[in-house]
Amino acid sequence: MAKQELLKVEGLKQYFPIKGGLLGRTTNHVKAVDDISFTIYEGETVSIVGESGCGKSTTGRAILRLEEPTEGVVEFKGVNLAGLSKREMRKYRKDMQIIFQDPYASINPRQTVASVLNEAMEIQKVLPANKRRARIEELLETVGLLPYQADRFPHEFSGGQRQRIGIARALSVNPELIICDEAVSALDVSIQAQVLNLLEDLQQEYNLTYLFISHDLGVVRHISDRIIVMYLGKIMEIADKESLFENPKHPYTKALLSAIPVPDPDKKKERIVLKGDVPSPINPPTGCRFHTRCPFATEKCVTDVPELRTTAGMKENHQAACHYIEEIASGEMQPNY
Amino acid sequence: MSEETVNHPVTAKKINPRLESYKLFWRRLAKNKAAVTGGIMILLIILMAFIGPWIITNFTDFRPNETDLANKLQGPSAAHWFGTDSYGRDIFTRVIFGTKLTLYVGFFSVFIGGVIGVIFGIVSGYYGGRIDTVIMRLMDVLLAFPGILLALAIVAVLGGSLTNVIIAVGIFSVPAFARVVRGSTLSVRKLEYIDAVRALGSSDFRIIFKHILPNIMSPIIVQASLRIATAILTGAGLAFLGLGAQPPAPEWGAMLNEGRQYMYEAGHVALFPGLMIVLVVLAFNIFGDGVRDALDPKMKN
Repeated sequence: MAKQELLKVEGLKQYFPIKGGLLGRTTNHVKAVDDISFTIYEGETVSIVGESGCGKSTTGRAILRLEEPTEGVVEFKGVNLAGLSKREMRKYRKDMQIIFQDPYASINPRQTVASVLNEAMEIQKVLPANKRRARIEELLETVGLLPYQADRFPHEFSGGQRQRIGIARALSVNPELIICDEAVSALDVSIQAQVLNLLEDLQQEYNLTYLFISHDLGVVRHISDRIIVMYLGKIMEIADKESLFENPKHPYTKALLSAIPVPDPDKKKERIVLKGDVPSPINPPTGCRFHTRCPFATEKCVTDVPELRTTAGMKENHQAACHYIEEIASGEMQPNY
Repeated sequence: MSEETVNHPVTAKKINPRLESYKLFWRRLAKNKAAVTGGIMILLIILMAFIGPWIITNFTDFRPNETDLANKLQGPSAAHWFGTDSYGRDIFTRVIFGTKLTLYVGFFSVFIGGVIGVIFGIVSGYYGGRIDTVIMRLMDVLLAFPGILLALAIVAVLGGSLTNVIIAVGIFSVPAFARVVRGSTLSVRKLEYIDAVRALGSSDFRIIFKHILPNIMSPIIVQASLRIATAILTGAGLAFLGLGAQPPAPEWGAMLNEGRQYMYEAGHVALFPGLMIVLVVLAFNIFGDGVRDALDPKMKN
């Protein structure tokens, strides 16, 4: 399968200034996303996982320029979105859409479903006005709602149904890339599965590419082709699904995976409990961001920033940012809890 | 999934949330006795302003500017309900004719101040950054002036007339609106549906007028209803200082000023216009409070 690059993120940084003092000068920055690079190929699903505050949602928002990125290149089909003017950017917005976490906050309570979808098509001039009504009903059916519900208001729907409306809105402009920002996190588990299946069906039907942002490893395992693990604004490990779940290399990834509950009560599993809390992104730790909580940390981790790299025993495209991948794998280094 | 709705008839009763919230608003307002009293008073005052002069001109011989020096400074009697002033003009007639002027000042100045203030507030809250700083510091400067002094300065520059009073009081209402609207805009702007519309490539104009403004109407309405009272008071204050409507216009503030000279021998000349100002301001204030409680029950304490 010849994979075509759809989205390429290079050196993306998103710093939020902290203003303080009498004159409101910038005293410091929250480094929400600090120099990350990755590529998404057409038709695949890439997930970003990590704890709260690791910058995964900010990454999604920076790609769409809902937040202006501080630095870096976001290339969509060869065009650098970060360098476009606001006006030029509007044209490209058609090709990438976002589905939000909170189905209750993501639809204007004063608009009917039809007017939400109609507005989306009007903004991007997708269809002439007289053909939009038919398209709206078609879209509702596509996402599993009924055409006669088009003239209802958001409060008449359940959370899962609202999320479907959000999906219909994203689909209405025929995008290629959809960023799902915790798209199922706020839903009941049973509804989660339905929405995930809907997303998968839509992917097949319309050849969509997903950037799936989530903290739920179960969901991520179900839907992803490739997974990016983030911690404090940096990528810790990036790999295809099998490699990441079966052969994790970074100590942080291992700790995350050990937190997945196993349905077999007899199976003994080593649970890696990390010490302490996530450090502040205002003054992130030097060297490896994870060294304050890593059971393997050494002097080198405090001073040197590890690069993403592939070592022996790792598949192609599997990269981890740790100085001691080999030593940990061979058992030469033992965790120091 | 949608199974649960499949059985619903297609003709299910549609509920418009806008209509629903209006109904809820009316129900809450109707429960508030003070607000209902204020509302009825306002309606009577409006009725008086528009029908009163017509009745007087058509069914009586009283004219607001007709002098009768033989009967000057008469106390209230059956012939002159509120008495007469220093030119022998019937005070009751003048009070009725002045109602319209007072309401003009109240409504138009709040309208002007509201429109400008809302625009400043939304732009400030939506764009933030430097624009926000500049606009809000400007508003702070306006707020730092005592209201009447600011209006006085504006009228002094523009010259004394009813229109200029309206403009002055309007400018003086701008910062109050701008502040309230900025705060509400900040909270609405953060909602995800605003981001969704932005991700669709909507223009800022559309976001501001279609998605933000309708969702911040409640605080604007509350602010407007409370602000009318202040505007009327300031307008009357300016007229009292001789900077508003020019004589012989039957403006209440101006009448108060005329009556001031005869406070001891004929107190009624100042009393009745003053009483009317109190009544109108009171009506708008308690009505405004009621509207606030009905629109935002959480704020009540």
